[in-house]
Amino acid sequence: MKYAFFLGCTIPARAMNYEISTRKIATKLGIELVDLLDFSCCGLPVKSVDFFTSVVMAAKNIAVAEEKGLDMCILCNGCAVTLVEANHLLKHDEEMKKRVNKELEKIGREFKGTIETKHLAKILYEDVGVDKIKKEIKHPLEDFKFAAHYGCHYFKPSVVYERFDDPEFPVSLDKLIEATGAPPVQYSTKTDCCGGGILAVSQDIALKMTKTKLDELHEKQIDAMISICPFCSVMYDANQKSIEKDFEGDYNIPILYYPQALGLALGIPPDELEFKRNRIKPKEMIQRFNEKYAVPAEKPKE
Amino acid sequence: MGEGTIIVKELDSGFKYRVTEEPGGEHLMRCYACGTCTASCPVRAIEESFNPRKIIRMTILGMKDEVLNSDFVWLCSTCYACQERCPQDVVITELMNALKNIAVKEGIVHPGIASQAQEILKFGRVYEIDDFANKKREKLGLPSLKSDSKEVETIFKSTGIDKYIAKLEEEK
Repeated sequence: MKYAFFLGCTIPARAMNYEISTRKIATKLGIELVDLLDFSCCGLPVKSVDFFTSVVMAAKNIAVAEEKGLDMCILCNGCAVTLVEANHLLKHDEEMKKRVNKELEKIGREFKGTIETKHLAKILYEDVGVDKIKKEIKHPLEDFKFAAHYGCHYFKPSVVYERFDDPEFPVSLDKLIEATGAPPVQYSTKTDCCGGGILAVSQDIALKMTKTKLDELHEKQIDAMISICPFCSVMYDANQKSIEKDFEGDYNIPILYYPQALGLALGIPPDELEFKRNRIKPKEMIQRFNEKYAVPAEKPKE
Repeated sequence: MGEGTIIVKELDSGFKYRVTEEPGGEHLMRCYACGTCTASCPVRAIEESFNPRKIIRMTILGMKDEVLNSDFVWLCSTCYACQERCPQDVVITELMNALKNIAVKEGIVHPGIASQAQEILKFGRVYEIDDFANKKREKLGLPSLKSDSKEVETIFKSTGIDKYIAKLEEEK
């Protein structure tokens, strides 16, 4: 399994724990991730300025992967929806494809429509498979309660994602969590939006949206929320302390990237999974993990 | 006339057609105002002034200035909850985007959105990856990344959005 690794803008700047843990689990699971220097912004931030320009930008990135003959592995939900939407549109709309390629010609590229654009979690779910992941588990996380946060753009709009998961009651990330041995916690605000999409427009409304889910998860007494999007994590993890301050809450809910949790279960030493970069430290959880599986705190790297 | 009165002669009856011609706005006229969108909207749950059903109705009525000049056009978080549930397939999230795109062409854009586009024009990405960032990546054993805006610049100039962004820069 080989993919062009699309990092996007937020991950190298604000979520290196996601990038690093993804690279580690990929190696463990036999997924080869190829870095391509010519990738740029996916195009999402300019969609609200001009839809066509965002499609051209997405098509440019897809063309870069097509040149290498590789499907794309995408980590960010925002990048995923943009690249999947453009790929879907241009594969189905010949007229649009012509218009976009006229633009791409000016930078010496062409969209052909020969590859798949997939989020990492979808690759794990569909291409690797839950059964194969289960077979690789060394340290089942059965003592931990995890709540899945999919993020809207991971599976919606369901039309462009061809309904690979249910838009009202998604299950794929819950199944991936289950594969680590941890029982996925069910909760009513599971598909709620993090608010990240309007953080730049109204911080007050955005943070109140983030808070809604934190309130429910606080009551559920989970060990961590599992995220697969750097922007959702910015909202729930990086902004959690300021939400506590602004609204007098007390959450202390660690927000882990799925590859960090999976990495633990696959037997990757905790200190290699970059938990130090998570704003809310999963200290208590890691301590319990280390006690159970007798992992020395400062084990030298293999 | 009291607040909330709609003055018919001030309406722009052609506005709805402009919206249906914009990518994403094609299904505007299908709306039968059931309100499923508003009931599903997580932004509306917090901020009363953001009401998708009302925005759609105002658009159909031709309240162009009220729609384009309001903050609420920019408040859609693009969660797609309304779009998934709309019984008339109005494709509401994309419709909201169409309204934003029209606003931009009228010279109206939220500064937060504009500054992001300006960063992308400068660096090819939202956050610059400079030598310092690449050295940090190197230390962590990660491959270098490029902040190259040449291709993005060509695309922006060709589609013409560089003009809108430049205009915003002046206003700032």
